[in-house]
Amino acid sequence: MPITVNRQPGGLAIVLSGEIDHHGARVMMQQLEDAIARDLPMHLTLDLSGVTFMDSSGIAVLLRTLRQMNQLGGTLRVTAIPAQARRVLDAAGVGRLITLE
Amino acid sequence: MKAIDQTTIVFTSRSANEGFARACTACFAAQLDPTLDEVADIKTAVSEAVTNAIVHAYPDRIGRITLRLRLLAGNLLEVQVKDSGVGIPDVEQARTALFTTGNEERSGMGFSIMESFMDSLKVRSAVGRGTTVTMRKRISKRREGTP
Repeated sequence: MPITVNRQPGGLAIVLSGEIDHHGARVMMQQLEDAIARDLPMHLTLDLSGVTFMDSSGIAVLLRTLRQMNQLGGTLRVTAIPAQARRVLDAAGVGRLITLE
Repeated sequence: MKAIDQTTIVFTSRSANEGFARACTACFAAQLDPTLDEVADIKTAVSEAVTNAIVHAYPDRIGRITLRLRLLAGNLLEVQVKDSGVGIPDVEQARTALFTTGNEERSGMGFSIMESFMDSLKVRSAVGRGTTVTMRKRISKRREGTP
């Protein structure tokens, strides 16, 4: 199970884990989309602490999640980003679009 | 440039092989005693190149991908990912950040990431014949005892 959903006051905190490559991203995207559609959170935190590898497929996952949250008028934060994933996000300039902590 | 060591791995364009290609490359690179950051950079670049071949070179069929790893003089690692797929009509456009012919699952950042994580990137492609991506990265020489 690559995502773990925790309900919090005012929103959702979702922990992502495993390798986010093109192979794994599709299932993860679907799970995230379902979790957001189910709860319609105003605030979503994605915790990447369990991510052991991420490539540009992970960027697509985050951008799609951002789009979904924007449609709800909600906010997205990404936290506990491991060093390798951080380098990928920085190289792509994702910090200009999403709050990375 | 003559290779000090070389290995070639051929696999099918199934997405499960993305992780396989990363692991093979990391194992081959281990003889250069890279830092964890260097291994992470190499794995990320390989993942991008192999994903491109899987998604774009063979959009409608399972094809063959050849991963050639070479160790060159001066602690230089060369990674070549070759497919015999549809080819890229405009390589310059394909290398532009955010450009993608893929769907929402793609970010269009693959080549940009390969470029920023490796020292050099060369893309050769012929429509209908396939694409060869060649990347090189110099691995830092560490002194005894440094992590």
